[in-house]
Parts: sequence; C-alpha cells; structure tokens
Amino acid sequence: MSTATTPEAPPTTSTAVEKKGGFTAAAANYIDERTSVSTMVKELGRKIFPDHWSFLLGEVALYSFVVILISGSFLTFFFQAAMTPVIYDGSYVPLKGIEMSTAMASTLDISFDIRGGLLMRQVHHWAALLFVASIGLHMMRIFFTGAFRKPRELNWVIGFVLFILAMAEGFTGYSLPDDLLSGNGLRIIDGMVKGIPIVGTWISFLLFGGEFPGEVIVGRLYTLHILLLPAIIVALIALHLLFLVVHKHTQYPGPGRTNMNAVGQPVLPVYAAKAGGFFFIVFGIIMLIASFFTINPIWNYGPYDPSPVSAGTQPDWYIGFADGALRLIPPGLEFVWLDRTWSFNILIPLAALGLFIVLAMIYPFIEAWVTGDKREHHVLDRPRNVPTRTAIGAAGVTFYAGLWAAASSDIIATHFKLTMEGVIHSLQFVVIVGPFIAYFVTKRVCLALQKKDRELVLHGFETGRIVKLPGGEFIEVHEPLTDYERWRLVSYTDYEPLMIRPNSQGRITVGQRLRAGFSRWFFEDRISPVTKTELEAAHGHHDTHHELDEKSAH
Amino acid sequence: MAQDDNDGKDLTVADSSVADHHDEAHPGTAVVSRDAFTDPGLVPHRKRVTDLDPKKEKHAERTVYTLFYLSIVGSIWAIAAYMLFPIESNNVGDVRLNTLFIGVGLTLALLAIGFGAVHWGKALMVDDEGVDIRHLTRGSDETRAAAVEIFDVANKESGFGRRTLIRNSLIGALIVFPLPAVVLFRGLAPQDENPVELLSHTMWKKGTRLALDPSGVAIKATDVTLGSAFHVIPEDLNDLEHGKLEEKAKAAVLLMRLRPEDLNELPERADWSYDGIVAYSKICTHVGCPVALYEQQTHHLLCPCHQSQFDVSNHCEVIFGPAKRPLPQLPIAVDSEGYLIAQSDFLEPVGPSFWERS
Repeated sequence: MSTATTPEAPPTTSTAVEKKGGFTAAAANYIDERTSVSTMVKELGRKIFPDHWSFLLGEVALYSFVVILISGSFLTFFFQAAMTPVIYDGSYVPLKGIEMSTAMASTLDISFDIRGGLLMRQVHHWAALLFVASIGLHMMRIFFTGAFRKPRELNWVIGFVLFILAMAEGFTGYSLPDDLLSGNGLRIIDGMVKGIPIVGTWISFLLFGGEFPGEVIVGRLYTLHILLLPAIIVALIALHLLFLVVHKHTQYPGPGRTNMNAVGQPVLPVYAAKAGGFFFIVFGIIMLIASFFTINPIWNYGPYDPSPVSAGTQPDWYIGFADGALRLIPPGLEFVWLDRTWSFNILIPLAALGLFIVLAMIYPFIEAWVTGDKREHHVLDRPRNVPTRTAIGAAGVTFYAGLWAAASSDIIATHFKLTMEGVIHSLQFVVIVGPFIAYFVTKRVCLALQKKDRELVLHGFETGRIVKLPGGEFIEVHEPLTDYERWRLVSYTDYEPLMIRPNSQGRITVGQRLRAGFSRWFFEDRISPVTKTELEAAHGHHDTHHELDEKSAH
Repeated sequence: MAQDDNDGKDLTVADSSVADHHDEAHPGTAVVSRDAFTDPGLVPHRKRVTDLDPKKEKHAERTVYTLFYLSIVGSIWAIAAYMLFPIESNNVGDVRLNTLFIGVGLTLALLAIGFGAVHWGKALMVDDEGVDIRHLTRGSDETRAAAVEIFDVANKESGFGRRTLIRNSLIGALIVFPLPAVVLFRGLAPQDENPVELLSHTMWKKGTRLALDPSGVAIKATDVTLGSAFHVIPEDLNDLEHGKLEEKAKAAVLLMRLRPEDLNELPERADWSYDGIVAYSKICTHVGCPVALYEQQTHHLLCPCHQSQFDVSNHCEVIFGPAKRPLPQLPIAVDSEGYLIAQSDFLEPVGPSFWERS
C-alpha cells in the first residue's frame, strides 16, 4: 500500500476488520456480520485485471449506459408519453399555436422551459450514440483478437444480444418525441412490417393499435424504452460481467503472460482508481459534447405529420445499416403471386441483415468446429497471426460500412455533386464486391506482417550501421531481439489444415469433408512461428554477421 | 497435415512449470511444437519518475488534489449557473446560455474527478504487476461428481425419470400455460377493425374538393399554373374530430400541372386528369414515406427516404430505386365553380405494399 499519498485516508478493509474501535471498523463489522461481505472482498479485492487501451472500449459502453440511465431518469420526470393532440404554448415562439402531440409538446418543454433540460436531453442522446458505438468497437476488439474463443463463446452471444438491444433502445427512444423525423422512422418500420408475408399487416395493426400512426405507439414504445428493454439490458450486463469475473480477463501475448495466469493490476486500489476515474472521464466528455453540440433539434423538424418530410433525412447512425440495405436493393423486386403480394424489396434486405447478424453471432462456434481446439484460450491473438479470421472480420466490416454509407446516399450525392444513381450503384458494388476485396487485401497484409515478424526474429533489427569487413565486403549490422521482444513475436498458436481420415467405422463423413474444406480455407496460407532450431540455423548461415551481431550487442 | 484424431499424441507441454494447471483438452489441429521458444518470464519492473524522484511525487500529489478541488469548483459553478442563467423570456438565447454554462460546470466537475483519480492510480499508487493463477473454468472432477450425485438423488427422490406420466404431463402443462398470455395481446389492435378494408380505402370520394395542405383551402384549376406542384389534402380532412393523421397518412396527394403534350397517359385513364393537371398519391409505394420532392424540369418525383423515383409524365412509373409499383393516381375533375374535385376514391390501396394486397 502506498503510504506517502494519503496518510489521513481510511485504512483498507483488511486492516479495518482487525482494528478494534473506530467508526469504519464498527461499520465494517456491522455489515460483514449481516452480509459476509468480507468473503467477497477477499475473493475480488485483489483480483488482477490485465491492462490495455483496447480493454477500455467495453468500459466506455458500460459507463455510457450508466450515463443513459442517469440522464434518462431525469427526463422521465418531465416527458409525457401521450399522443393526445394539444396546442403548443411554450417558450419556443415559431411553434406556438401549432397542434402537436403531448409527447412532442413535453419534449419541447424539456428543451425550452426547464433549466438544464436541453442539456440532459443532449446528454441522453449523445450518450446513446456513444453507447452503441462503443459496443460496436468493443465487439470488433473481441473479434479481431479472438477473445471469443473457449470459454467465452457464450459471453460473445450475450454481448451480441446486448448490441441488438442497444439498437432497439436507441430506436424506441428516437421515436418518443413524436417529431417529424421520428414519425417518418416509424412510418418506415410500418412499411417494412407490412412487407412481411402472412402476418405483416396484422403485426402492423397490433403495433400501432390500428392504422398508422394511431394514438398509442408512443406510449407503447415508452414502456419498452424505459421498462422492458432496460431491465433486460441490466440483467444481461450483470451476466456479462459475472462471466468476465468467472473467466478472468484475457491478456495480450507478452513475456510472462501465459494461458494459466493473468498479469496486471489489482482491483484495489489501482484498477478501481483507474476504472472509477474513467467513468467520470467518459461522463465528462459526454457532458462536454452535450454542452456545445446540438443533437436532434426536434424544434426544427416540427411535429409529426404524414405529409411533409425534409430532404436529407437520416436515421441515428446505428440504424443506418438497415436503412442503407433498403436503399441498395435493386428495383422491381415485388411480385403478386397466388393473389398475394411478395415484397422482396423488403424481404431480401431483412434476410441479408438477419443472416449477417446470425453469422456474426455464431462465428465463435464455427471457428471452434474448424480448429477442433477444445482448450481454453486466455491469451489474445494478435490479429496478424490469424490471417483468415482477421480477413473475414475485415470483410464483415466492409459489408456493414457499405450499407451504413448507403443510408447517407442522398447526402453523399448532393454534397459531392454526384448523381443519385451513381452513388447507389457504387455502393451496391461496395456491398457485394467490397468484402471480397477487403478479405484478400487484409489476408495478404496479415501474412506480410507475419513475414516481417519472422524476419525480425531471425535477423534482428536493422541498425542502419554499415560495416566494412576485412575482406572488403560491406554489411549492415543487425541487432538481435531481446528474449522479451522475441517472445511477443513467436508465442502464438499455429494451426494446420485438417487431414481427412476415416473414422472408426472406416468411413469419411460429409461433415468431416466439410470441416476439412473449412480448415483448408482457414489454415492453408500460414506462417509458422519461428522455432529455436530455425533461429540457430539462421545464425549459422550468416556466421560472420552473427559474430558482428554479438559484438554490437555487447 | 494435422491429424485431429490421434488421441493427444502431440500433447507435450511446452512449459513444464505450469503443468499442474495445464488444460489437457484436445488441441484440435493446433500445432504443439517441441522446438518452441520458452517464455522468458515477466519483464523486470520499471520504476516511474514518481517512485524515484520525491519532487515529482510531490508534484503528482499536488496535481491530484488540485484536480479534486477544481471538481468542487465545477459543481458549485453548475449550481450557480442554474440560477445565474435562467430561462425566463421566450428567448432561445437564454436556453443556449443555460445549457452551455451548466454543462461547462458539470464537465469540469466530472473530468476533474476522472483525471484526478486516474492520475492518482497511474502516478502514485504502487504499480507492481500482480499475477493471478487461472484455473480451468469447469468445476473440478470431484465437484462435478458431487453435482451429478445431487441430480441423481433428486431424481430418485422425486421419481422424475421414473414417473414418466407425471413428468410428461407437467412438460405439457408448462408449454400450454403461457398461451393465454399470447392471446391476451390480441387486444393491442381493435377487435372490430378489418385491416385490409381500412388499408384499401381513403377518405377521397366523388366530389371531394382538393385543398391545400395544411390550410384546407380548396384549389381552383386556374390556380394551378404550369410547372407548379401542390401538396393536397381532402377539403374535409381538417373537420375530422378523430383519426386526422391516420386519414392524412393515406389521403395525401400531390398535384402537378404539366403541358398536356408532355403527359403520356394510359388510355383507360385518359379522363383522370384535367388540362394537364394530374393528382397522385404522395405516399411512397415502397415503405410509405411522403414522396415530397418534385423536379419540375424532368417531371420526376423523388422519395427522400430511399430515393425511389417516379416519372409523372409516364403515369408515375418507377424509374429508379427500391419501389416497384407506380404511385396510385387520383382521378380528378372540375366542379361547376371551377374547383378541382375527386372523381372517386383511389382505385387501389395507397402506400406500402402489404400481404393481402393484390
């Protein structure tokens, strides 16, 4: 314990229990006799958390969710989730006397008549945008470092469900003010739902309590937004973090970091100080953005009316990929067959997004099946060391990014003075062909980086120092890596393609052929980590260089 | 080539020092090399400047408590700003100042705590690396055996596996009992409405005057100049007590006047227009956004949501984008006073496609 810094601070829990007298000790004793909290402190208090900047992404997600809960609770005291028409009579002059729903009017009151209300609205909205964004980045970190491998596959699925729920929270919240843009968002949802075969029309009527827009949807979405979805999200976050504690955090490869240990800082005090402080930093940055930058200025849009819509309408960023998918579908994909309407212009985007989500969600199980590796993995992969997975991830990101960009197709067209058709066709190309390009480029880059690592391990760093040998030959002196530097580059798991072999009945099953095919795809192009023998051989080859290396190293 | 069924032939532990915790699960097609490098162990701990230089340590300490005091200043400022920058008049500028100054105070309060705590953790708290030993996530063999034993006993004592009739009837009951809850949700939509019927009709009928949106002022044919486009509602829409938005969501219409020679009308719709004036549903046939953008020169309508484009001169057929069907046309005429009127309702459902539409 550091004693130099806070001599007057209360002593840590362990000493508090031992020490007789004093309020802290008495309070600790009182609580422990009723809760056994000392057991928990003993188990978790010095638990080790490995450190890396990329581990903060999940923390940003957690903390922005807390900010959402805090600011959202404030808003519920003022917001009225009703669609009863009222005549607006608040402080915002341009809308005075205009008929709008109670929801819209109360949102305007929060913005213009309650001190700090607009600030809290903007905190809530910015935090929501950050929440989904940080989940997305956190998921990419998990994916590209292979943190989803055994034993964390289920936690990946939980996290994925949280990502979807976060988007649902975002969309329901976006719809609550009942302004022009949110109403149009609901109109699009209504149109999509109606495109679903057999049940679509009825789902739309059940959702809106009759014909669109009706007078109930805001109240219903409000219940989802502040009760049902948050409750599920809180429960799943608790489960997510419980698994984090059970599994212990992963760590990046490095000297001393094995699959059987966790190297880092203890919860008390360092991790608590850094993570606790980081919550305030995240909150503070959200507050800073909310103080200076307007978000969702509903007073510019006006109340919902089915007739007008402004050009350049945009959903919140995380819904963009779905809206983009609707925009990119080629024309003419709607048919009447068997006296019923088949809206493939809606069903294909829905199916494509569904497939994308399901594939991403079950990826850990696919990879586990392909490698057949049943061991636990707590040391992360450097993305370059698993070229195929990294390339698949890059392809997925490109697909998503193409759809996302498509949600701004009209803005891109007007901003860069392009034709609407040209933008759409280019983005169709990006979404279909882009993933393949991204796949091949990424895979090659990974393999090249692995080769570079190999080169470094075998021959050391180039020092830029040119030496003339007695025989007249010029060579560049290479400085060999230290053991620590080398370990980081050679300590990764290497897989070979699966060889097809008959099983105990002497048969080769279809499943095994399939698995072998996948395995070839994953591991055919591979660069093995350097072995001791290889390093010795490399030094033997360049005997003279080696001697020089030794000299320059000492 | 990896051989995945060789019963762990290659399962040599690379680092024997961790053998007692070793995960003996199957490595699949992973290569377990006997020739791999060994882990050199943790890098020796490096001391920070605050560990070595008492002056720096003092400085860091000052920084941390100064930040915490600054945070208090920020919080007090935020409270003061609440009172100093009220929203009193109908002045948007007030709102801006109120938001800005409360926000800046709170930002300072939060960031100062955050940076202070993190700096304390990084610069002053002991930063030796700690090492936790991991264990396999699965319970130990004894624990698992005990768990199995518990289930066995419970099974024996309850007869869950033996009394199959009880068990199966329970499973059946558990499957059926949530069904009433599902049925209750039927009440989300009114019982007495027929969705298909409602979606198939709008409030346009023979003789309804076309009126300006949103004022409801009826439009004379002579008001519609060449090249202009009007946003139109039925004249009696604003008189509705209930369901105004629902009706408007179906009845909104765009009125445009083209030169008659630019208009390529279908023979069966030859009398649906009046002197180059045509009326089309404004609700996109894709997912229902208002097709609000009219390009006067090309006579194209553009939906701002998903960029479907409709050619007005060619009975609003789709020329680009995800929509399939043309916008439905409202047959119009002129009454004795020169006002534009509907000849009838739309002859097909307007708006987004739905299953029962054909």
